[in-house]
Amino acid sequence: MLAAGFTDPVHDAQGTFRAVMDALARPGLSRPLAPGLAPPAPLTPELAAVALTLTDADTPVWLDAALADVPEVAAYLRFHTGAPLTDDPAQAAFALIRDPARCPPLDRFAQGTPAYPDTATTLVLALDAITPGEGLRLTGPGIKGAVRVTLTPLPEGFVAQCAGNRVGFPLGVDLILTAPGRVAGLPRSTAVTEG
Amino acid sequence: MSATGIPERVGHLPPRKGEEGSSEAGYNFAYLDEGTKRMIRRAILKAIAVPGYQVPFASREMPMPYGWGTGGVQVTAAILGRADVLKVIDQGADDTTNAVSIRRFFARTSGVATTTRTTEATIIQTRHRIPETPLSEGQTLVYQVPIPEPLRFLEPRETETRQLHALAEYGAMHVKLYEDISRHGHIATTYAYPVEVAGRYVMDPSPTPKFDNPKMDDCPALQLFGAGRERRIYAVPPYTRVRSLDFEDHPFRVQEFTAPCALCGARGHYLDEVVTDDSGGRMYVCSDTDICETRVAEATR
Repeated sequence: MLAAGFTDPVHDAQGTFRAVMDALARPGLSRPLAPGLAPPAPLTPELAAVALTLTDADTPVWLDAALADVPEVAAYLRFHTGAPLTDDPAQAAFALIRDPARCPPLDRFAQGTPAYPDTATTLVLALDAITPGEGLRLTGPGIKGAVRVTLTPLPEGFVAQCAGNRVGFPLGVDLILTAPGRVAGLPRSTAVTEG
Repeated sequence: MSATGIPERVGHLPPRKGEEGSSEAGYNFAYLDEGTKRMIRRAILKAIAVPGYQVPFASREMPMPYGWGTGGVQVTAAILGRADVLKVIDQGADDTTNAVSIRRFFARTSGVATTTRTTEATIIQTRHRIPETPLSEGQTLVYQVPIPEPLRFLEPRETETRQLHALAEYGAMHVKLYEDISRHGHIATTYAYPVEVAGRYVMDPSPTPKFDNPKMDDCPALQLFGAGRERRIYAVPPYTRVRSLDFEDHPFRVQEFTAPCALCGARGHYLDEVVTDDSGGRMYVCSDTDICETRVAEATR
């Protein structure tokens, strides 16, 4: 049977959106996110919450291999959001990534255009953990001074990829990072360095 | 104030009949349908990711005319939740028509708590002022914007201004400010004074007096801008560099007032001129009614 969506569609979506908005406005600081969803595995409740909150018929969604291999995931997303699924990351408004270690290079997703940088893909990653401190050092708009955060797991060469993503500013992708019960943001405006 | 039918401006406003904690029957929470909120929410996220860039959005007809804050209202409706406390100001005042009608609109359609106290609010919708009380991290400031494009009066074509922003070609704006200097001896622009956000996009701060520009820089609160008729949303994240454009030999300066506020005696606040009679009498009072009343109340205690 198809798993249920939000219990309270209006307020659960609003709560999820505010957590995501605050996360992107203050990069690297994670917020609580408790959507109360039980989507088909391997789709996580947090990925599902972001998808149900932000995607609809206007937003092509790309699924990584871990999610695309399970037909129940596509059926769940199609039923609850109506979003078209796409195989081409460069066409995606949103990309759901269950297996961040095998995330395609960030420059394979839509980067936006110089006149319309908002047409870039928003990647939503399901991490195992977002831990304050150590790890990566983030600076940029939304961050008072600098913030440190440890993200696990990450794709290979993530820091270099982020540098590449920022070089073309205002072009580039934006990342919504989720972990069990948490959400953090990493917009293209953020500079990411190691240590 | 009550003689005019306008609620007293003290703290939390009592809910009006039929407004207690519930929204108007037949309307979704905060008026907009969920599909519209999703579209606006996506635009807000992209606006935050590219500070100062104007994201196009499918602005809806609202139950108020364009020019009455339909952009700000749509942004507020998209972010508002049951736990929020809403404050609405019009030129700094909580008790003028635009502020009262928008505050009632959200009280009726969402049932959220409203306030006139800057410190109690989680969301402050504003028309053309930034409160004098410093904002804090948990707050979001929503601006109503009439014309979001700072280059519009220099280049009327949207296709061209898009390209100018894409190329970060802002020479024309500097020429405009320079022409001010050559004509008046100083930069005569006093409101909607252009700013550069995070070292990239030049942005219109909406027609706030330039007095408020320094408050936008490194502000702990999130700032969102909505232009309903022009269908644009843009944002300044917290702790972001907002620099008012100027020249080395003509640095940016804000307005100065010689006299203190006639009601609360404050210096360093933005003052409104109030004509008191028909023989030239006038007084200058704080445009921010909340801080003015708070100071008067403290002084009389």
